[in-house]
Amino acid sequence: MSGTVIVVTSGKGGVGKTTAAANIGAALAMMGPSVALIDADIGLRNLDLVLGLENRIVYDLVNVVEGVADVRKALIRHKHIKNLSLLPAAQSRDKTAVTPEQMKAVTDDLKSSFDFVILDCPAGIEQGFKNAIAGAERAIIVTTPEMSAVRDADRIIGMLEPHEIYDPWLIINRIRPDMVKRRDMLDVDDVLEQLKVDLLGVIPDDEAIIVATNKGIPVVMDEKSKAGRAFRDVAARIMGEDVPMAAAAEEEDWFTRIIRWFARARG
Amino acid sequence: MVRKGEGVGAVMDFLQRLFGRLEGGSSRDAAKNRLRLVLVQDRATLSPGLMEQLKTDLIEVITRYLDVDESNMRVEFDNSDASVAIVASIPVKEVKRSPEVSVR
Repeated sequence: MSGTVIVVTSGKGGVGKTTAAANIGAALAMMGPSVALIDADIGLRNLDLVLGLENRIVYDLVNVVEGVADVRKALIRHKHIKNLSLLPAAQSRDKTAVTPEQMKAVTDDLKSSFDFVILDCPAGIEQGFKNAIAGAERAIIVTTPEMSAVRDADRIIGMLEPHEIYDPWLIINRIRPDMVKRRDMLDVDDVLEQLKVDLLGVIPDDEAIIVATNKGIPVVMDEKSKAGRAFRDVAARIMGEDVPMAAAAEEEDWFTRIIRWFARARG
Repeated sequence: MVRKGEGVGAVMDFLQRLFGRLEGGSSRDAAKNRLRLVLVQDRATLSPGLMEQLKTDLIEVITRYLDVDESNMRVEFDNSDASVAIVASIPVKEVKRSPEVSVR
């Protein structure tokens, strides 16, 4: 068996990489495949918190590459999603504790026993980024509809090709339909027009994400959350299903359409 | 079925758009334009290998017409104001009397 190694990256920090990695991994595992999540953000460990596994860490990624622990011993199985495992980052070390070659050895090893190996990449374009992409075959770029995030995403896309990671997928996170509607936020088409990559999903800004993280339960387990649903759709698309994109701006009511029509007619 | 709040919201949106337009466009349009420009500038770069190739090709064409000082040639991207240009500075040693080209 040879699984697929996917890196979740963004360039800019704070756009929702860790949340995306956790929820895509969880949603995939809930559909059946086995998933190993790797927190590659050494020194700033957070994927364990989003998954609610922070109290169960014994060994970490650095222990594995240094030969202190076998990778299968370091993996933590999720409490509720049995196909989902986490390899946590070391908290008391830094990015230089691991080399790209060591990282590739870990992902190569894991893909022999998991359908998907998903890496949560640190922000930035330095060593941590290079480590995280070393063993990856595909990339998911996370951005938000903000200029700085889109700009950094563009830089990252340009840096993947020399490492033979082609056709990255894009996730546009934290879209606010109300702001898009009053033309105060870049919309999905604006971002795609600039970045020219394949859209994997659009995640609405959703308070349920914060609530879910507070509880340590991935938002994809919340049936009612819009963001949770959007992440489940992302997982289905990765599995090759043809899931239509839910309209980023919610369906307009007839009243808005009439006013819009008048506005257009008046030029 | 339209709820009252949505109708009021739509009127507000409409008014905001109307006045937004009078004030000189939406912030989305501003972001779009600024982003387009900054990405053109960010992308205005070639790998060192391609840059060398570009210089070689330029010299090949130019030496059909002129003798140039290749060692002091400079080719750079210039990102000033609202555009990106490629600027080549190539010192000319001599203008050839009979250019090695056929005039079409």
